[in-house]
Amino acid sequence: MALLEVEGLVKHFVAQRSLLGRALAHVKAVDGVSFSLEAGKTLALVGESGCGKSTVSRLVLRLIEPDAGMIRFDGRNLLALDAGTLRAFRREAQIIFQDPYASLNPRMTVGQILTEPLALHDLVPPVRRAERVAELLRLVGLEPRLARRYPHEFSGGQRQRIAIARALAVEPKLIICDEPVSALDVSIRSQILNLLRELQDRLGLAYIFVSHDLAVVKHIADHVAVMNLGQIVETAEADALFAAPRHPYSRALLSAIPLPQPKAKRTTVLLEGEIPSALNPPAGCRFHTRCPFVIERCRNEAPALLADHTGHATACHRTAELPSADAILPAAGGFSPVLAKLVAAFSQKTEGSSPAGVGIQYAASATK
Amino acid sequence: MSASPLIEIKDLRIRFHGDDGRITHAVDSVDLSVANGATLGLVGESGCGKSVTSLAIMGLLPKQSAEISGAIRFDGFDLLTTPDQTLRDLRGNRLAMIFQEPMTSLNPSFTIGDQIIETILRHRGGSRRSARDRAIELLRRVHIPSPERRIDDYPHKLSGGMRQRVMIAMALACDPRLLIADEPTTALDVTLQAQILELMRELKAASGAAIILITHDLGVVAEVCDEVAVMYAGEIVERAPVDELFSAPQHPYTVGLLGSIPRLDHRAEQLATIEGMVPNMAQPPGGCRFAARCPFVLDACTRVPPPLVEVSVGHLSRCIRAPLELLVS
Repeated sequence: MALLEVEGLVKHFVAQRSLLGRALAHVKAVDGVSFSLEAGKTLALVGESGCGKSTVSRLVLRLIEPDAGMIRFDGRNLLALDAGTLRAFRREAQIIFQDPYASLNPRMTVGQILTEPLALHDLVPPVRRAERVAELLRLVGLEPRLARRYPHEFSGGQRQRIAIARALAVEPKLIICDEPVSALDVSIRSQILNLLRELQDRLGLAYIFVSHDLAVVKHIADHVAVMNLGQIVETAEADALFAAPRHPYSRALLSAIPLPQPKAKRTTVLLEGEIPSALNPPAGCRFHTRCPFVIERCRNEAPALLADHTGHATACHRTAELPSADAILPAAGGFSPVLAKLVAAFSQKTEGSSPAGVGIQYAASATK
Repeated sequence: MSASPLIEIKDLRIRFHGDDGRITHAVDSVDLSVANGATLGLVGESGCGKSVTSLAIMGLLPKQSAEISGAIRFDGFDLLTTPDQTLRDLRGNRLAMIFQEPMTSLNPSFTIGDQIIETILRHRGGSRRSARDRAIELLRRVHIPSPERRIDDYPHKLSGGMRQRVMIAMALACDPRLLIADEPTTALDVTLQAQILELMRELKAASGAAIILITHDLGVVAEVCDEVAVMYAGEIVERAPVDELFSAPQHPYTVGLLGSIPRLDHRAEQLATIEGMVPNMAQPPGGCRFAARCPFVLDACTRVPPPLVEVSVGHLSRCIRAPLELLVS
């Protein structure tokens, strides 16, 4: 049985009210989204600004209330939970945000930040909490003695580790990662991605990974759902989607990512125009204003998300007629032979040093 | 590369004097040159000095706190000793810059037309009427639909991608010889990024201007640059033609960077990581600045700062262990 099942999720925000408070315009942030997620797996929600991916992640945690739809977590109907049982549920599902500079309280020490969830859910008796905090810090590759420091003494990557430790404190089954590496530098990004994967293997966590970066998603996801203007337009196993993207929007996204490979031979699908507003999404297929394959039917009739026998689902009238996506896909084997050897040597030499060594010197010098 | 470069930076050093008396070594002994019509990528992570270098070229660093030495030769001037008045004539004219944040780099209380026209009148003179015609033409060149109407819009009516197009139109207003683009697509969605990169390629081909592109995204570098300079802790650690940098990097930091990015064209179980942190630039380390994080470090690395030396034609590295192929063969 799936850990999380979401069906027909809808959330419309009121964008404009009349003088008397009547709603005049709605932003259709999420409009009929369904998916499921197995324990221990990663589902990536992918799309551009305003596609509704972050709203979905907040709805799943009931940080905001949906207008319609069903969310089942571990067999329980989440929308039927009262305040008390909802708090208990929050033990099982946690979230990590994009900006580690804004998501940690600057007035609390790291120890206090990590103790709070333990106390709130009464998970560990007070005398053993310090020990548990030390354990959590080690788990994310930080030294336990850093518990007395304040967030401002840490770098962005270290703060993201602290945010991860805080999420892990309650031993959740699901962690929602909302653009967890987007604000980080490239070399720090890889540390956090490696850590998230390692923790998943060790603790059997399920992730919903919200991201706009398909290269990152390819690295971490088992399953991918591509969203456009509040709806899922394509969903499949990650390998299947990256090997043969079907929806014209998925293809455009994939081909738009610059490859770190000069003179890479592939065609970029350049979309015309701007992303339409979710306030007034186009009629018919919501992608039709930017779609290179648009036909008359697309302007009038919204396509349904239809799955084939492998579970690869696409919401496009022309799925069967579209040309092969081979031309836009990057050729395999990105590393030159020399670079592959150098990267291997680079990684091998650094492997010996413990992850706990990351950046501790800096944290120490910052307090002098 | 042609014989006489359009811009040549020699031994550029920039120190910031903080209010507390601390001195930060932001940029050290940077040598760069860009030929007419070429695109140089300036790559590195936060705080490596890439943006500060570009601000120094534009003469936009605060005079009270920034101590600058070296030379920046452009078009017969040394920009570091050029009087402010002359610099103002150059900026927006032969030297132009695009910033990362299209949301904040336009003045919200003037129409986009006013802002482009102001630039044209300041440098080219002529009638307001003809400047307006030129502005419409520029907006058309950056593919803004119905520019005759859009020209009277205020910035808030435009999306992020559109605003960045307006910024580019403004930068191109006086046919600059050198365009500095500081993370021009970082704030944009990927499909818009692809549009803007395509636009930059197109404009470069049409105008023959040289471009210095500052970015942290190696994918963007691979797509648009001819040559790349990698910066680390205020220094250039490697400089190479773009193909060479990606196929046979000669500095361990570059290797680490290339290994740490998730790629669509390559599946890695584990990404490479660069352990440790950038050094504190108030007291930069004596030897190689990357030594503390380098898996290939030798004793000698921590003693003497390595020079930037040519490993093969046009390929420079600040690493005493280069050529690195020898380490893995």
